[in-house]
Amino acid sequence: METNTGTNRPRINWLKYASPKTFYPLAGKLIPWCAVSAAVLIAYGLYIGLLVAPTDFQQGEGYRIIFVHVPAAWFSMFLYLLMAMYAGLGLVLNARLSYMMATAIAPTGAMFTLIALVTGSLWGKPMWGAWWVWDARLTSELILLFLYIGYFSLQAAIDDKNRADKASAVLALVGAINVPIIYFSVKWWNTLHQGASVSLTQAPAMAAIMLKGMLIMAVGFWLYSIAVILMRVRCEILERDSKTAMIRQD
Amino acid sequence: MHWQSFSEFISMGGYGFYVWGSFGVTFLAMGLELWLVNKRRQRISQAVKQEAI
Repeated sequence: METNTGTNRPRINWLKYASPKTFYPLAGKLIPWCAVSAAVLIAYGLYIGLLVAPTDFQQGEGYRIIFVHVPAAWFSMFLYLLMAMYAGLGLVLNARLSYMMATAIAPTGAMFTLIALVTGSLWGKPMWGAWWVWDARLTSELILLFLYIGYFSLQAAIDDKNRADKASAVLALVGAINVPIIYFSVKWWNTLHQGASVSLTQAPAMAAIMLKGMLIMAVGFWLYSIAVILMRVRCEILERDSKTAMIRQD
Repeated sequence: MHWQSFSEFISMGGYGFYVWGSFGVTFLAMGLELWLVNKRRQRISQAVKQEAI
């Protein structure tokens, strides 16, 4: 029966994709596209970052770490917010796919946090003379890593999947307060860490070609994240749902 | 092209260890993550096949 919505446009039932069963094949179709474009963009970003971009007038060639450090740090924070959003959506709608997405995002977010910390350390040593300092930016980023670890430890510790999802979702949401703290730490506190290289309100504090390389790398990391998270959420769906039905659809 | 020679490119103006270390760690971690997810997928489809038999 036709409902009276007042429009003649064909309506796509987006909610259909909220079901793991219909999302599984869709995710499967998206993965190769994301993976291939990620590879192309990352290769292009590396070409600009390592071969084209000029020497920095202050930090010499050492600044090139920025091309992996900044995108990794951005996605460590962005993926946390995305994970918390899916976890919150799971709590509100009691949607299983949302919980599965949150679970699938966590390891990639944690990996980017670790990359940001390690590359930051490798950058700090030659520039500041120390592998690590307890300043606001570094400490809050380390707390982010602990939040990710706490999130999946809590999931692993509770046997009942439903309860594990809910408890870890609460942790993810509470921990989200740390993300703005990381982001604004360089403004709020006097830290050793340099300020934002790119902001929405000011002209970027770097040469156009350097900015271009960094942004291309960031988009590449984003597409990589989508590909690997979709791969993981498919595993999650298979492990939690009836397995055979899914495989046959593929 | 920014570099005059290959050895200049490798030494990164004396920052070679830090620059190559950073890029190495980053792509090693990403490659490892892909490998682990792929292994997990293979393990699951193996289990599914055995279930079907």
